[in-house]
Amino acid sequence: MKDIKVLGPGCAKCKATADLIAAVARDAGADVTIGKVEEMREIVGYGVISTPAVVVDGKVVHVGSVPTREMVEGWLA
Amino acid sequence: MSATTGRPPSPLTWIAGAAGAIAAWVLLYSQLIPFSEWAVSLLPVERQSHLGESLAFFFYDTPKVLLLLTLVVFAMGVVRTWFSPERTRALLAGRREGVGNAMAASLGILTPFCSCSAVPLFIGFVSAGVPLGVTFSFLIAAPMVNEVALGLLFAMLGWKVALTYLAFGLGVAIVAGWVIGRLKLEGWLEPWVLQIHAGAVDLPQESLTWPERIRAGLEAVREIVGRVWYWIVAGIAAGALIHGYAPEELLASIMGKEAWWSVPAAVLIGIPMYSNAAGIIPVVEALLGKGAALGTVLAFMMSVIALSLPEMIILRKVLSMRLIAVFVGVVGGGILAVGFLFNLLFA
Repeated sequence: MKDIKVLGPGCAKCKATADLIAAVARDAGADVTIGKVEEMREIVGYGVISTPAVVVDGKVVHVGSVPTREMVEGWLA
Repeated sequence: MSATTGRPPSPLTWIAGAAGAIAAWVLLYSQLIPFSEWAVSLLPVERQSHLGESLAFFFYDTPKVLLLLTLVVFAMGVVRTWFSPERTRALLAGRREGVGNAMAASLGILTPFCSCSAVPLFIGFVSAGVPLGVTFSFLIAAPMVNEVALGLLFAMLGWKVALTYLAFGLGVAIVAGWVIGRLKLEGWLEPWVLQIHAGAVDLPQESLTWPERIRAGLEAVREIVGRVWYWIVAGIAAGALIHGYAPEELLASIMGKEAWWSVPAAVLIGIPMYSNAAGIIPVVEALLGKGAALGTVLAFMMSVIALSLPEMIILRKVLSMRLIAVFVGVVGGGILAVGFLFNLLFA
């Protein structure tokens, strides 16, 4: 099971990112937990300075934009 | 989110598509006046009446501004694919003040980042050794000299005004950042900010292909023009009304050059107002047409965009009230200077 976190202070793009990951996971039948990290200190603690960012199993895989569907599929594979 | 389906088109398809899009753009742009006259002639109004004047202005300006804005936003979207906040931070870390302020202000225009990233970006810069004043130069330039403001100024007031705005916007960001750096205000940050020692994430920077860069440009158009177009239409409608109805030189006495106090008044009025450049610029153009001085109007615009209450509330998480007050004072002073200078230069 993959543990996915979306990092961002609750802006529209952060929500779009979380929604996209949820949709892709549902379509692929992937077993994931999706969490949101909105606390600023925690976000910065990951070394992230541009949000939305995505963390998969503790590792930052994407920063600064809403990812594309293909990218999300790559993380879930 | 738009998702691409099927196999990716070949580079040739992209080049043909881009050429076709440019041809269509030029064709549309050349038909603006015939289009507006035609649109007014369809309506049951006298062309020479006030209403006719307003409508012709509206039907001419709206497509013109949207076309030019699309072009500028697209170009900026493509250029920005070469930049990222992470790369900018690496470029600025440990920079001396002066050069660092100038670089930071320029990079503030070119680096793509969502306004909701301002706080993590601020902390990330400061904790990575970017001097506080240099960080401020970046954060002041980024919203003030943005592609929407430049594109709209270019569309409505010409390239001279757009370039002067660019130069003065950069100037304010550089000088204000430098002054804040000189004041040595690091102690005024919220204490936890300095305690964070965040490492930088090290994501491999894949180099993009041209089709991907073009796609980023199109995405920028979809996102930015999609978000601001109704502001622009509303703004032009307001401008059209002023254009058709307000008597010439109506505003000359209150917003004209002789009224020196109008510049500080414009800055003060602008602070609590929150709008993006898109909503404000069409009104700006109409005000100018009726005798308001350019410097006064631009000071108002810069104040609305660069000094906004919502942004200060966000920044309050990392800055003390005193530091925010200094930020407002220094940036406001810079805008004031720009207003007076513009009034002098564009006499």
